[in-house]
Amino acid sequence: MSTMVLLVDDEVPFVETMTKRLNKRNLSILNAFSGTEALEVLEKESNVDVVILDVKMPGMDGIDTLREIKRVHPLVEVIMLTGHGTIESGIEGMKLGAFDYLTKPCNIDQLMTKVQEAKDLKSMREDKIRQARIAEIALRRGD
Amino acid sequence: MENKRYYRSLTRNMITVMILVSFAPLLLISVIIGYRFETSYREKVLDHLDELVQKHQQNINIFLNEKLAYIKVLANSYTFEQLSDEAFLEQKLNVLQEAYGGVFVDLGVVNDKGIQISYAGAYKLVKADYSQAEWFKKAITRLYFISDAFLGLRHQPHFIVTVKKQSSEQSAWILRATIDFEVFNSLVESVRMGETGSAFIINREGELQTKSRLDPLLGKELLRQVLSEEGGQAVGERAERADTGLVHLIKTRNRITDRDVVAGEMKSNDRELIYVTTPLKSGEWILAFLQDEADAFSDLRQARRLAIGIFLLGGLGIVIMAVVLSKKMVRHIERADQEKEMMNEQVIEAGKLASVGELAAGIAHEINNPIAIMVEEAGWIEDLLTEEEFSETENRKEFGRALSQIRTQGERCKEITHKLLSFARRTDPRTLEVQINELIEEIISISEQRSKFSNVKIIMNLDPALPEVSASPSEVQQVFLNLINNAIDAIGTGGGTIEVTTRTENGIVVVDVADSGHGIPKAILPRIFDPFFTTKPVGRGTGLGLSICFGIIKKLGGDISVNSSVGIGTTFHIRFPLPGRSQGER
Repeated sequence: MSTMVLLVDDEVPFVETMTKRLNKRNLSILNAFSGTEALEVLEKESNVDVVILDVKMPGMDGIDTLREIKRVHPLVEVIMLTGHGTIESGIEGMKLGAFDYLTKPCNIDQLMTKVQEAKDLKSMREDKIRQARIAEIALRRGD
Repeated sequence: MENKRYYRSLTRNMITVMILVSFAPLLLISVIIGYRFETSYREKVLDHLDELVQKHQQNINIFLNEKLAYIKVLANSYTFEQLSDEAFLEQKLNVLQEAYGGVFVDLGVVNDKGIQISYAGAYKLVKADYSQAEWFKKAITRLYFISDAFLGLRHQPHFIVTVKKQSSEQSAWILRATIDFEVFNSLVESVRMGETGSAFIINREGELQTKSRLDPLLGKELLRQVLSEEGGQAVGERAERADTGLVHLIKTRNRITDRDVVAGEMKSNDRELIYVTTPLKSGEWILAFLQDEADAFSDLRQARRLAIGIFLLGGLGIVIMAVVLSKKMVRHIERADQEKEMMNEQVIEAGKLASVGELAAGIAHEINNPIAIMVEEAGWIEDLLTEEEFSETENRKEFGRALSQIRTQGERCKEITHKLLSFARRTDPRTLEVQINELIEEIISISEQRSKFSNVKIIMNLDPALPEVSASPSEVQQVFLNLINNAIDAIGTGGGTIEVTTRTENGIVVVDVADSGHGIPKAILPRIFDPFFTTKPVGRGTGLGLSICFGIIKKLGGDISVNSSVGIGTTFHIRFPLPGRSQGER
């Protein structure tokens, strides 16, 4: 099962090209062009693994979107994408639970590595939760 | 140059005003008090002399009247016949001489023909004929007479007192006595003041009637002076008097009375004299006192000299003080002006940097997204070129090269925007207590690779006792990184050394970064901290490195300066304020 990535940025050409490049690298990509749209997509698609989120967007910005994602979908990993002027926001994002941040323009290989790491982390957490649930069920049965 | 002239004229004006303000009242007071003092002092001296002369006038008058009285008594008590007896006369002379010392020199009885009938005294003057003598002519017409001093038959200065008696209706006779000139003289001579003040008597012809050390001509001069004072004030009148002669004047004006005391000043043979005169013998003689002005007013002169001395010394003091104070004040003003100018420049500099920073931040933000898209598009083409169908294309290699160039240039743009943004907002502006030595060591380790590549040796002279400073570590590191990168660039590929020194100077942490590069020409030295000023080839430098350093250090409240000589190298000096001393805005 390929990794499902939601790419969020207000720059349409960037999203389109990046989608093509990531698709070519065997990732399943969903697109959103604003923070609100991203939250809507996440509502609909429950199997999103990683969100690549631009910090600087009109309306709901990356930081607010991240806060909301983490509140509603705590298991989804978020990689922040920042212009250089917003490194502080990237760092702030990490404090709010983002997996990592990358600066624009970013190296595709670096991005791929980060996505992979994020996906692995998510899988590990999901496994742990699953095992915990199994253990819980076993315990109940044992009762 | 213009400024120097301005400060010079300011100094001059201040000195002038100070001197004028200090001198004007001093001068005014000195002149007024000096004048008043001198006037009253002169009055006092002259008053004193007046008194002295008047007292002596009384003494002399008493003396003369007394002597006259004796002779009167003698003439009234005895008859002509008795007195014509020489033995009797001799006896009377002896009585007088016993009673009054040697005042009376001789006695004689002269008939109305001027023949001396009898004589008692030291000279053999019996039968002497006085009919032609001046005194006889006067004496025969008056009841009493005191003559002027004259030499007479004995060729000795003397004067006589006479009493005329009428023996019968036709014949009159005269009893005359010679008064000892020396005794009389001593009466007058005893009036002495200072070194030059002395008294003497002159008659109405200006002839001296007593012995005097003075030039006999002075008597006449004095008389002329007294009469001119006595008379009217008109200049014309005075000139007329000079023409008509003294004797005439005395006879015609004859205004001198016993009570007149005339005091004044006169000039004779370059001698400035003061005089006090008073008449004697009903104005026939004048008792005069003369003294050199310098002698009479020696105390005044001394006081004046002292005052002038004090005035001059004080004046010198005022002038020196005015010059020193003015120069000091102008120096202060000059320094304050310079500081103000420097502050203004710094404010302008800071404003310039701030506006450039805002602009840079805007550009960086706006430019980052298009660059990201361009790089991604190029990446997409690269991705597509890896597909089978393009692998055999003729220009496959060229595409690859072009795309890699786009990526490289995209990276370069990223670097520029990164620098612009860090210039504008500093990456981490939080201030901590930092150890500068540690930051330098870190930065040098980062730069090691690059310096090795350029054959540059970095030497560290770090003071282990360096105190900590308040600064943002990332900002300070950026400053050092920029300086070291610049130094490596300045040295070029030929190799050289960079020396980083830390030290404390008057409690301030100082870092020197010295390179052995090609140096900075003097003409461009003042501009090196300006944003976008660069000497590197187009495309190599942004011209922001030193501007960023300048902005960071100034924000910390520190200072950055540079010394450079072409061909020898450049040294940057950075001064950090110690914790608690930072003046920069946080």
